Amino acid sequence: MGYKKKKSTRFLMITVSTLFVGLMLFLPLVMVIINSLKKGFEFYLQAVSTKTVISALKVTLLATVITVIVNTVFGIFASILLTRFSFKGKQLLQTLIDIPFSVSPVIAGLAFIMMFGRMGWAAPFVDAVNNAFGWDIKIVFAVPGVVLATIFVTFPFVSREVIPVLNAAGSDEEDAAALMGAGMFTIFRRITFPHMKWALLYGMVLCTARALGEFGAVNALSKTRGETFTLPLEIDALYLSGSADSITAAFAVSSILVLFTVVLLVIRCVLENRSKKAQEEQKRR
Amino acid sequence: MYLEMRNINKSFGSFRASEDVNFSVEKGELAALLGPSGSGKTTILRMIAGLERADSGDILIDGKRVNDIPASMRGIGFVFQNYALFRYMTVYDNIAFGLTVKKAPADAVKNRVHELLRLTELEGLEKRFPNELSGGQRQRVAFARALAPEPGLLLLDEPFAALDAKVRKDLRQWLRDMIHRVGITSIFVTHDQDEAVEVADSIIVTNKGRVEQVGRAYKIYKEPETAFVSQFIGEPVIVEDFGKLNGYEKGDFDRAIIRPEFVEAFKSDNAHFKDIITYSQKGVIKDIVFKGSALELRLNVNGVEVVTHRSLERRPVEVGEEMNVIIYRLFAVKDNTTELMQNSYLLKDDPTGEKLEKYLYSDGGYFAG
Ligand SMILES: Nc1ncnc2c1ncn2[C@@H]1O[C@H](COP(=O)(O)OP(=O)(O)OP(=O)(O)O)[C@@H](O)[C@H]1O
Ligand SMILES: [Mg+2]
Repeated sequence: MGYKKKKSTRFLMITVSTLFVGLMLFLPLVMVIINSLKKGFEFYLQAVSTKTVISALKVTLLATVITVIVNTVFGIFASILLTRFSFKGKQLLQTLIDIPFSVSPVIAGLAFIMMFGRMGWAAPFVDAVNNAFGWDIKIVFAVPGVVLATIFVTFPFVSREVIPVLNAAGSDEEDAAALMGAGMFTIFRRITFPHMKWALLYGMVLCTARALGEFGAVNALSKTRGETFTLPLEIDALYLSGSADSITAAFAVSSILVLFTVVLLVIRCVLENRSKKAQEEQKRR
Repeated sequence: MYLEMRNINKSFGSFRASEDVNFSVEKGELAALLGPSGSGKTTILRMIAGLERADSGDILIDGKRVNDIPASMRGIGFVFQNYALFRYMTVYDNIAFGLTVKKAPADAVKNRVHELLRLTELEGLEKRFPNELSGGQRQRVAFARALAPEPGLLLLDEPFAALDAKVRKDLRQWLRDMIHRVGITSIFVTHDQDEAVEVADSIIVTNKGRVEQVGRAYKIYKEPETAFVSQFIGEPVIVEDFGKLNGYEKGDFDRAIIRPEFVEAFKSDNAHFKDIITYSQKGVIKDIVFKGSALELRLNVNGVEVVTHRSLERRPVEVGEEMNVIIYRLFAVKDNTTELMQNSYLLKDDPTGEKLEKYLYSDGGYFAG
């Protein structure tokens, strides 16, 4: 108990924090909504239903859904691998998984261009696959690139949440189950999964939130408005075109993302409570 | 022999957790693995269970080598150090787990679980979750869960460690009775010698990954085979300069272990000891600790500190008082060997121990003033 619990100190700290959060976080979001309705509701509806916006919404949702699925599956595997197995290079793998946290998304986007672009080292491989199956999949400047970039940026979110929970739970219960003849899948379904459930959902929510809003990495890989643009790129494009109408339209489209954010925030709040409770329960044992 | 460990070795990296471990446990026997923390008890247990692989050596269960048989096929029940109950399952599901994963018919599962609930006095708690149970109840659930699939061998890792002293005492006796009633061969780990002595039929003493001695509790207590065992069992007091004590020559021994029960301290006017008072030596009481059922006296005898217990029925003593002290015997230690040494004065006068017995156990003897 280092801080003197004086009433005035407490009051001051609460006031400062609330004002700060209000001014820096809450007010801007409210301004987005207010601005989006500046030209009336009709204009709003029109602004959010243009062809490019609908396309951007579709791309965003597609990228987000694929990303969350891929990163959830990967996150579960990685967490189990890193908490339940010991192998050479484990530390290295742990560090590698966290790369997206320390690399600027723009650099990630550029890296994909270097890799899959016309001169990239992986391009011949993609060509070979396309030839073999008669496909015509393009990665850079196409939707697959957008998806890849989003996956990259949100890679660590799930494992980041799940690993500490699995570590705290320990492997004794799994050992006990294995000893009684339970197979891997049964152990996962009946023991490991219930442990990680809340943390996993929480990680998925964080992953979703980040995927919906990703700008930098996607910006490097997506150049065609109305085809490969995501919502953040569409908003940027609207805003940059500069007319009063398009700026209001930019706000209108932004309000969609704000809405997503609010929903995710609520879910996140609930989940955080649940996972905290679950963890406390574990500690009590 | 139901379980046999032959020349088992196990290393974690360069650390040798088990070195040339040899012991065996008979069918229906309840054995204790006793040793200080980090001595490799859990490692041995986990190797028997198949949760850990032995680097070399043979593990035989019921005459069959099981080194290459997976844990789940060895027919072993395991009670973990902190029980490892499935915390997201009810008591019922915990106990049923081992049966349901083996696809036992629902009826059979139900009957067996209820039988075990009855046996472990857990009836009525089957819908609770582990965090809604007391420590003792959890321990019994862990026990029931391990027994449910009718294993041939039951392993328990520090089954009482997580309980408080009172519950622990009750459960010791309970577990002992229960295991004998079920008739299952069992090994439990402990670093508490009282627990080992009270619960186990035989004791395996481990130290630094090695087995120091195997045998009945009484034998380990009376005839320690190694320096480690003599220092670990009982309430040992280590004395370097034991040549200063009347009746002993240090020779080339390193030191001696003197347990409180090896030491007699009496007042010089005590008639019961008048025959042997000439063999005694003066000792000054440095400290008195009240131990509930007896006093613990710490005495300085010719510069050597020894400890003895004193019945509360005897005359009161006080710090600074001069007593007459006789050391009946001690364990002399050299390297890792130990040897029982009798007081040579007493031995000369009383080679058969007849008189000593008289002093100790006659109406007045040990317990008189
Ligand atoms: N997986 C492992 N990796 C590395 N070292 C290990 C591992 N498991 C055990 N050890 C080491 O082996 C030694 C014996 O451990 P073990 O758990 O068998 O001791 P123990 O006798 O059960 O101790 P305690 O009474 O504290 O439970 C310890 O020094 C421990 O650090
Ligand atoms: Mg242990």
